[in-house]
Amino acid sequence: MFSLFGVPAPLLFGQLLLGLINGGFYAMLSLGLAVIFGMLNIINFAHGAVFMMGAFVAWMLLNYLGINYWFALLLAPLIVGAFGFVLEKTIISRLYKLDHLYGLLLTFGLALVLEGLFRNGYGSSGMPYQIPAVLSGAVNLGFMFLPIYRGWVIVAALVVCIATWMLIEKTKLGSLLRAATENPALVQAFGVNVPRLVTLTFAGGVALAAFAGVLAAPIYSVNPNMGSNFINTVFAVVVIGGMGSIFGAIVSGFGLGVIEGLTKVFYPQASDTVIFVVMVLVLLTRPAGLFGKAT
Amino acid sequence: MTLTRRGLLGTAAATSLLPLARARAADAPIKIGVLGDMSGMYRDLSGPVSVACAKQAVADFGAAGKGIPVEILVGDHQNKPDIGAGVAGQWFDRDGVDLVVDVPNSSVALAVSNVGHLKNKVVIACGPGTADLTGPQCTPNTIHWSFDTWMLAHSTGGAMVKAGGDTWFFITADYAFGHAMQRDTANFVKEAGGKVLGNVDTPFPGTTDFSSFLLQAQSTGAKVIGLANAGSDTVNCIKQAAEFGVNKSARLAGLLVFISDVHALGLQNAQGLVLTETFYWDLNERTRAFTQRVLPNTGGARPGMGQAGVYGGVLQYLKAVEKIGVAAAKASGAATVAQMKAMPTDDDAFGPGSIRADGRALHPAYLFEVKSPAESKAPWDYYKLLATTPADEAFRPLKDGHCPLIPA
Repeated sequence: MFSLFGVPAPLLFGQLLLGLINGGFYAMLSLGLAVIFGMLNIINFAHGAVFMMGAFVAWMLLNYLGINYWFALLLAPLIVGAFGFVLEKTIISRLYKLDHLYGLLLTFGLALVLEGLFRNGYGSSGMPYQIPAVLSGAVNLGFMFLPIYRGWVIVAALVVCIATWMLIEKTKLGSLLRAATENPALVQAFGVNVPRLVTLTFAGGVALAAFAGVLAAPIYSVNPNMGSNFINTVFAVVVIGGMGSIFGAIVSGFGLGVIEGLTKVFYPQASDTVIFVVMVLVLLTRPAGLFGKAT
Repeated sequence: MTLTRRGLLGTAAATSLLPLARARAADAPIKIGVLGDMSGMYRDLSGPVSVACAKQAVADFGAAGKGIPVEILVGDHQNKPDIGAGVAGQWFDRDGVDLVVDVPNSSVALAVSNVGHLKNKVVIACGPGTADLTGPQCTPNTIHWSFDTWMLAHSTGGAMVKAGGDTWFFITADYAFGHAMQRDTANFVKEAGGKVLGNVDTPFPGTTDFSSFLLQAQSTGAKVIGLANAGSDTVNCIKQAAEFGVNKSARLAGLLVFISDVHALGLQNAQGLVLTETFYWDLNERTRAFTQRVLPNTGGARPGMGQAGVYGGVLQYLKAVEKIGVAAAKASGAATVAQMKAMPTDDDAFGPGSIRADGRALHPAYLFEVKSPAESKAPWDYYKLLATTPADEAFRPLKDGHCPLIPA
């Protein structure tokens, strides 16, 4: 087998694939953030916390009610999405007229409160959550053993990303959403209930994060800090893709996952900073992000 | 006489302190501050269970019956050295605290140990790993209980090589503790005739996906993958090693693993892991008895070695207080520590032992293997004992520590 820059090719292919899998998580999380920012203009710092809630709800469903992974994949986003619905109605909707900073501070505070509550209830070292039996095991790809579950993560992430993109870009509902973002007063004049549309968008973004949380539960430790580990990276991804750009969030999510994966081979110490280096380079050359529209 | 505002304020402040000072002299209870991580990533290996263990020590000592009033305070250092040193300083200066115990996180422990020395109080460190506490940074006021990096490296590293694991690869958290842990372990591996094939430094904190590092380790063909990290990093490493089947081709050596980590992993993921602890609840009659007593106050969690150390340390402290008297103990922390070192230790968690001149508490270290789900018969039935290192061999020899208290 040949080697590239002193790294054997099989190892390199393996790392590329792993990068793609992590990119799937980045894409799903940044998608929710981009949708919420695009429609509501809220920088949702609580996104990591709702990702964590998704994983915890899956754990609770299994341990308290005996509901398995597949139903959790459906139920947890609904439950956490409903939580997001209430959150938007009661608290977040009050901030739309104010500066971005207020939304950022509020959601950051919310994230701390949510993490604290779960830490008090469930400790800090996390909860075990097994990979469902159907998806356990691995397949030999020749250059690496790919756990079936990780393959499933890529597929699920791609499907969710494409479905969300289609929903917003190609359907009537999506066009209403986009119109309401551009000019809420006009859309309301046509008889559309814009506030409800906004609430549902927020709930939808939150549900996306919760879905990613359930997907992550069997891989990462289900603990109260799991969201805050991701959130900084995901924000960088959104900025690189262009704030509010759905397509940008998806592409840069997967792309940066791969870049991070390769860094882990060539210079592991930098693997958590490389994304921010890319962010700096992108902002220097394209201040609105790769796919963002300059305003 | 002219009245100035400053003078008035000063008098007011002084008079307001008077009744307080008098009350303190009258009762003068022994005050124990449990300074731990109550809200962060180390909460489960310190936190409320440490507080329960401190209270258990007071109860088992029978402080009330012996006429020694004891009060327990609880503090959260949030894993920040400045906050830890601040809380300790305030406790010593304002609240009359005599002993600070637990203090997980090496950097916080080093800071708090300094404060305790400066104020001539007592610090019993049970949660931190750095062997510097009884090495270059040792003080006559500090005692280090439970474990340190030298002991863990010696026990786990040495035993793994003896069992045939002679080629190693390290996954190391890229900060002081990770590097120290790797360096100490690598030394023992080489000493025992083993070889280190490589290592990878993982960013700390913030790394959640270790699969690519695990695959790099696997590709070197090393027989043992040493995990020089702690907490959720270790948990994620082990979980993902099981997922990728890396634990089939190489053995995992957790260099710092607590029972709370194993509980978080579940046996399905953790089985076969080799680790060192100095306390296990199901080790013998005495450890089981201790665990039964403390269990109603821990929310069902079995204590790990750090938390059990709080029990052992506080118990030994109270014995010393009884010996020299409450007034003398409150007056000088160094005198209390000297008394603690002069007496043998004996408690249900660690058994008989002693405290060395450099402040190192000596007790046996146990090498455990995590059971498979089939072998585990009851909740928290997690470990089987592989080997025991006697107390006099478990820790770094006195002469190698370079503690300034020890004449060279």
